[in-house]
Amino acid sequence: MAIYRRNYKPYAGALTPAWSRCFILFRYSRRNLFRSKFLTALFVVCFFYPVLCLLLIYLAHSASFLAELGVSSRVLSIDNEFFFRFMSVQGVLAFLLTAFTGPGLISPDLANGALPLYLYRPFSRAEYVLGKSSVLAILLSQITWIPGLILFGMQASLAGANWTWTNLWIAASLVLSSLIWIAVLALLAMALSAWVKWRIVAGALLLAVMFFGAGFAQAINAVLQTDSGHFFNVAYLMTTVWNALFRVDVHHAIPVGQAWVALLVYCAICLGLLMRKVRAYEVVR
Amino acid sequence: MVSLPPLIELQGLSVRFGKREILSSLTASLRGRSIGLLGPNGAGKSTLINTLLGFYKSSAGSAQIFGYDIRTEVGKIRGLVGYMPENDAFISTMSAVSFVQMMGELSGLPADMALERAHEALFYVGLAEARYRPLGTYSLGMKQLAKLAQAIVHGPKLLILDEPTNGLDPSARQRMIRMIREIRDGNEMRIVLCSHLLRDVEDTCDEVLILKQGRIAHYSNLDEERRANKRFLELETYGANGDFTEAIEKLGCECAVTTNRMKMILAEGVETRDIFRLAAERQVRIRRMNFRRDSLEDIFLKAMES
Repeated sequence: MAIYRRNYKPYAGALTPAWSRCFILFRYSRRNLFRSKFLTALFVVCFFYPVLCLLLIYLAHSASFLAELGVSSRVLSIDNEFFFRFMSVQGVLAFLLTAFTGPGLISPDLANGALPLYLYRPFSRAEYVLGKSSVLAILLSQITWIPGLILFGMQASLAGANWTWTNLWIAASLVLSSLIWIAVLALLAMALSAWVKWRIVAGALLLAVMFFGAGFAQAINAVLQTDSGHFFNVAYLMTTVWNALFRVDVHHAIPVGQAWVALLVYCAICLGLLMRKVRAYEVVR
Repeated sequence: MVSLPPLIELQGLSVRFGKREILSSLTASLRGRSIGLLGPNGAGKSTLINTLLGFYKSSAGSAQIFGYDIRTEVGKIRGLVGYMPENDAFISTMSAVSFVQMMGELSGLPADMALERAHEALFYVGLAEARYRPLGTYSLGMKQLAKLAQAIVHGPKLLILDEPTNGLDPSARQRMIRMIREIRDGNEMRIVLCSHLLRDVEDTCDEVLILKQGRIAHYSNLDEERRANKRFLELETYGANGDFTEAIEKLGCECAVTTNRMKMILAEGVETRDIFRLAAERQVRIRRMNFRRDSLEDIFLKAMES
């Protein structure tokens, strides 16, 4: 129908499958994200360390070049600790990226009352949350486990099959540690933005949860002479889990199992808060 | 007049928020092309709409839209509905065309088709020139039109409009009412219009459901109601005497006379020209005549008093 004709025609064509519709939110949200030059720059910065790691792996396998530099090949050992360091650096960058992108995903919809428009359609609350969190999940995957696996692949190709089979668990640890961190960050950012409905405040709150949480944990530990305060420090819990996943021999103030449970409880609380707020209309009882 | 299949069937529908009962045992079969939901503020109009859309859970009873149960088949219902909410609902940073396209896609339209229909819908509602502007820069009237565009972009079978003329100036209101009438007369969609403005409902609806304190106070077909209702005539005369009153009463009209003023209910088949004729025959001068039918306002007030 020509658009100059101002009359209404019903739609009688085919519909897209219901399962594919949460990717629509991903597409639109992502398009909006990269309108910001700052975010684009930050996203690019997130690839500096993986590129540096790539160079280090290459150097570690260039014995003659290292000899020329007078550096021992032991200095550049590519092992579990190397990938743990990679994960730690990229984890911090993932947190920064989340602090700037996460709150902008849901809060504008809530602030402008757009949720009824999404939810009166054949589109559920779970699909809405899934669609919005997929933006962060894919964005953070691009700077965590995907470059991690590329590095692992590079090392595997240079070190040979023997090293690969012996260290295949590192690849699994990279993926698992990234996924749990992405889940924690995405749910935390979205839950906070859903509750405060203001993008900037939600970003500040996310930073506060991480930094004040760590301070609060230290204060509890010091006052009560205990290690239980670490349960309030999400970053500490995550590091404990990563240490275990990458088999880094470090003393943990709290058992790894409890750190896992605490992170899962954080995720469940955030999901609960999110589902409580992501409604077409709030019921005032 | 062709009888339409039932649009909404309410069977003892009740909604409770905590201890407060908001809707109480609503039972009705709504089948008009365009149904007005009327009631004073807090009567439960928006709650009824939100319950029909599955946003609120019913505490008792059930309801069906196009035969689909709102509790078990809400997904099918949502595929058939277009909804224009009462409050501001938009994404301020998006352009109108992107916004309407996204809403079309979420309803299941393929991306290219959604874009085409977003343009069409925005042309249709009269936002063609402003369709690339961010919605945050729109005036209130334009936001209402953008909300209407997103409600019709996917070609719903039922259009639910919650206070569509809220905050509009008179000319924008006229435009909105005209558009709703066009949609109604196009017979492609059936309409449920929720408003506390009697004029809006009277101008656009052929059936009306009046709610009062969460209960149905009145449900009727407006045309039938108008036909059945009495016609009132108020006259201010000079030179009228008992003969003139007697002649009017002989026509079957009920008449009440005060000094120079007469109030009457016209009998079936009696027109105003008959009154003029009687006045001319008796040299009675009619200085003022006020004729009116029972309006929706009368129906509404009667329902509120009942």
